[in-house]
Amino acid sequence: MAKVTHVKKACTVNPLKMSQPIGAALAFMGLRGAMPLLHGSQGCTSFGLVLFVRHFKEAIPLQTTAMSEVATVLGGYENVEQAILNIHKRTKPEIIGICSTGVTETKGDDVEGYIQLVRERHPELASLPLVYVSTPDFKDAFQDGWTKAVTRMVDVLVRVPEPGAVRDAGRIAVLPGCHLTPGDLEELRTIIEDFGLRPSFLPDLSGSLDGHIPEDFTPTTIGGIGVDEVASLGEAAWAVAIGEQMRPAAEALRTRAGVPFRLFPRLCGLAAMDEFIMFLSAASGRPVPAKYRRQRGQLVDAMLDGHFHIGGRKLAIAAEPDLLADVAGMLREMGAEISVAVTTAHSPILSGIDTEEVLIGDLEDLERLAGERGCDLLVTHSHGRQAAARLGIPFFRVGIPMFDRLGAGHLLTVGYRGVRDLIFAISNLVIADAEQNHQPTPDSWRLTEEDGATDGAQQKGQAA
Amino acid sequence: MTTLSATIQEVFNEPACAKNAAKSEKERKKGCTKQLQPGGAAGGCAFDGAKIALQPLTDVAHLVHGPIACEGNSWDNRGAKSSGPSLWRTGFTTDINETDIVFGGEKRLFKAIREIIGKYDPPAVFVYQTCIPAMTGDDINAVAKAASAKFGKPVIPINAPGFVGPKNLGNKLAGEALLDHVIGTVEPEYTTPYDINIIGEYNLSGELWQVKPLLDALGIRVLSCISGDGRYREVAQSHRAKAAMMVCSKAMINVARKMEERYGIPFFEGSFYGIGDTSDSLREIARLLVSRGAPADLLDRTEALIAREEAKAWASIAPFKPLFAGKRVLLITGGVKSWSVVAALQEAGLEIAGTSVKKSTKEDKERIKELMGEDAHMIEDMTPREMYRMLKDAKADIMLSGGRSQFVALKAAMPWLDINQERHHAYMGYVGMVDLLREIAKTLFNPVWEQVRRPAPWDDPADNWQARALAEIVAPQLAAE
Repeated sequence: MAKVTHVKKACTVNPLKMSQPIGAALAFMGLRGAMPLLHGSQGCTSFGLVLFVRHFKEAIPLQTTAMSEVATVLGGYENVEQAILNIHKRTKPEIIGICSTGVTETKGDDVEGYIQLVRERHPELASLPLVYVSTPDFKDAFQDGWTKAVTRMVDVLVRVPEPGAVRDAGRIAVLPGCHLTPGDLEELRTIIEDFGLRPSFLPDLSGSLDGHIPEDFTPTTIGGIGVDEVASLGEAAWAVAIGEQMRPAAEALRTRAGVPFRLFPRLCGLAAMDEFIMFLSAASGRPVPAKYRRQRGQLVDAMLDGHFHIGGRKLAIAAEPDLLADVAGMLREMGAEISVAVTTAHSPILSGIDTEEVLIGDLEDLERLAGERGCDLLVTHSHGRQAAARLGIPFFRVGIPMFDRLGAGHLLTVGYRGVRDLIFAISNLVIADAEQNHQPTPDSWRLTEEDGATDGAQQKGQAA
Repeated sequence: MTTLSATIQEVFNEPACAKNAAKSEKERKKGCTKQLQPGGAAGGCAFDGAKIALQPLTDVAHLVHGPIACEGNSWDNRGAKSSGPSLWRTGFTTDINETDIVFGGEKRLFKAIREIIGKYDPPAVFVYQTCIPAMTGDDINAVAKAASAKFGKPVIPINAPGFVGPKNLGNKLAGEALLDHVIGTVEPEYTTPYDINIIGEYNLSGELWQVKPLLDALGIRVLSCISGDGRYREVAQSHRAKAAMMVCSKAMINVARKMEERYGIPFFEGSFYGIGDTSDSLREIARLLVSRGAPADLLDRTEALIAREEAKAWASIAPFKPLFAGKRVLLITGGVKSWSVVAALQEAGLEIAGTSVKKSTKEDKERIKELMGEDAHMIEDMTPREMYRMLKDAKADIMLSGGRSQFVALKAAMPWLDINQERHHAYMGYVGMVDLLREIAKTLFNPVWEQVRRPAPWDDPADNWQARALAEIVAPQLAAE
C-alpha cells in the first residue's frame, strides 16, 4: 500500500503535469463535429493546440474566446457570445464544448449565465448543444479536466429514459479514461463486438484522432460519437468505466438514466484483462471466443519470455494516476520493482499501487530519485527524454505528450494482444540497452581492495 | 500595470516601423495589433512571444510565474539548438494554486528563485509574468529586484502576460526587458573592429551554424546573437558591437533601433534565407563594419568569399532546375519568410502559386511585388477550409507552411514541407538553401504520393472524397502538360 506525498517546493522543475482545460478539450474532441472552445487568452488555446498537433500528428480543432486584458477585467460575455457565433458561422459544428481557464475563473466569469443569455438572444442557436465545464488551470490536472468534461456531457446530453423504458440488452456504454489511446479504444471495440455487444464510447477518440483520412474536409472533429448517440446512452444495459477517473461520469449516468456500471481500474495486465473478458462473457451470455483464448495464451507466453528482462528492473515511472497504476501495475506483475512513482494529482487509485510511496511532483523529482535509487528503467511521457539521457537508462514513452516518436495514437496498453506487444516493446528496449551498455568485460568481476585484492588500481566494473 | 501599459504604448510608437510612421496619433494609440476575433483566432499570446524570443538564451533559467498551463503545456518544444548549456531546456514554473491567487504569489515566486539559484546556479534568472498574477497584482519587478539584491545575481522581470496581445507584441516586450535590464550591464573583455550583433535570430535547427562559418572565415565575431545559442553575458555586453543585423523583420525592431540610439550601433534588416539574400547580408555587414573603422580590405575579402560560395551553391542547385521546371509552390508562412523564401525558391526554378502576408509588413509586401510582380497572389488570412480550396485552385504541387496547417495538405495527399519553427531541417545560408531544395525534391518526387492517392479497391472512385479532390487538383495539370 502506497503512501501519497505532496512534494514541498516553491518551484516546479520540468513539469509532468499539464492543465485541466486541455484535458477537457481533448474529451470534447471525442465527439463528432465538435469544436472545443477555451474561454481565456489566446495563448491558453495555442499551447494546447500545438501540444496535441505534435502528439497526434493530426489537425486539431480548438478555438479561443481570445480574452484581452480589458475584456478579462470587464468580464467575458461578449467574447463568449462572439466566439459561439463565429464558430457557428465558420465551422458549422454539431456541438461546442466550452472550458474555462485560470484567467476567466480568477475573474469569476459566470459562463453558465452567459450561455443562457446567448440562447435568449440568438434563437438560431436553439438546436446547437453547448456544454460548459469549469476547469481552472490553477487546480487539479489534465486527467481531472477530462473527467469533468465527460461528466458534464452525461449531465447535459444524455436523455432521461421514459419511465418503464426497456434497456437495450445488447448495448454497452463505454466511458474510457484519457490514459487510453485511440488505438486502445479500437481494440476494445473489436473485443466487445466479438461478444455480440454494441459499444458506444463516450468520448470516442478512435473516431476522431486515430489518423484516418476523412470523407470530407472539416475544421471540426472528423469523427467521434454523435450527439444523438450520446443522448441515447441511457438505454444501454451496462456502462463500463475504464480507469478510476471515470467513476464520476459512470455515477452520473447511473443517477441520470439508471444505467448500472462496472468500473475497471486497469486493463493492462493478464488478471485485469481476464476480469474484463469474463464480464463481457457474462453480460453477453456468450462463451469467450476462441480468438481470445488463443490471445490469452500468447500473452502468458510473452510474460514468460519477458520476465527474464523485466524481472528485477528498478522502475522509475511518472504519469497521471490511472496510467501510472495501469502500466506500473503490469510491470510489477512481471517482477519489476516500482522504485520511484511520481504523479500529477490525488486519486483514490494511488494508495493501491504496490510501492512504498507515490509522489505528487515533477520530472526533477523523478530524475533525482531515479539516480539516487539506481533505477534502470524510466517510463514517462516524452518530456522524460532529457532525464533519460542524463541518467543513461532505457526510456519507454507512455502518455501525452509523445511528440518525438511516431504512433502515439496507436500504442496499446489494453487487450491480451496489446499487453503482449507492450511487453515485447519494453523487453526489447531493455535487451538493446544491455547489449549496448552493459556487456561484460574482464574487469566486470575484478576483485577490489575491499575484497582483499592486492592491486588497488583495479576498479570493480559494472556487471551487465 | 501602469509601467507595462506605458511600455506597450512605447512599443506601439516604434518610429523605425514604417507602418507606424504612416499612422495618425490616434491610430497609433490604438496599437498595431488587430483586435483578435473570438472563435476565429489562432496563434500564440504575448507570453508565448516573449518566451520564443528569449528562451534560446541557453544558460539562463527561464522561470514562468503562473498556473501550470503556461509552462506545463508547452515546455521544451522549441527547435532552437545550443552549443553548450542545456539549462534553457529545463522547465521552471511556480505552478500557482488557489492559495497563491487569494493571498498573492510573490512569496512563492521569491522562494522559487532561491531554489533555482541554490540548485542550478545560473548566470541569470528570467521571470516571465502571466495573466493570472498580472490580474491579482503580483509585482514581479519588485520580487526580481529583491531577489537580485538578496542573491547577488541578475533576476530579470519579463512583463508580457498573455492577454496584453499576440505573439509579436510579446517579442517586442521581451526586447524591452533586455534593453531595460540586460544590455550594457557588462563590459566585454576585449573588442575588435569586427564585432557584430545578430538580432532576432533563434538558431532553429542550428541554422545559425550554417552562417557562422562564413562570418568566421571573414574574421567577423558575433559578439552577441539575440538570442539563438546566446549566453546571458554576451547579451549584457552586446552594446559594444560595431554593427548589427536584424534578422526577423518585425520581431525585435525596437532592440535594434534603440541600440542604435543609445550606443550608436548601426543596423540593417537582412535575411540569410536564399543565396542572393545571404550575399547581400554579408556585404551589408562588411560595409557597416568598414564604415565604423574596420580595415577596408574586409570588403574585398567578403566579395571573394561570396563569389566562391555562390559558385559552389549554384553548382549544387543546377541539377534541381530541370526537375523543378513548372512546379508550383504554395507558401503559407509569415513576415520575412514571405519574401526571403520566395527569392530562394525562384532561384531554383520553382514557381510561386501564392504567398501568405498575414504577418508581413508593408515593406515585406513591397519585396514580394518586386520578386513576383504586381499581380503576385498574396493571401491575407485564411481558414483551413479556404487553405484547402486554395491548394486546389492554385494548383500547387507542394505547400510549405508551419506545423499547424500541415494536415490540410497531408490529408489531401498533397506534398508538404515544414518551414516554420518546429521544423527539423536547417535552411539558412548557401548550404541551407541547397538543403531546402533537396528536401523539396525528396518530398515532391517521393513515390509515396502515387501510393497514398490510390483509392481503396472497394471504394466507388466517383464517390470518394480523395478521388474527387485529386481530380480537381491533378487533372487540370495533366491536361496542361
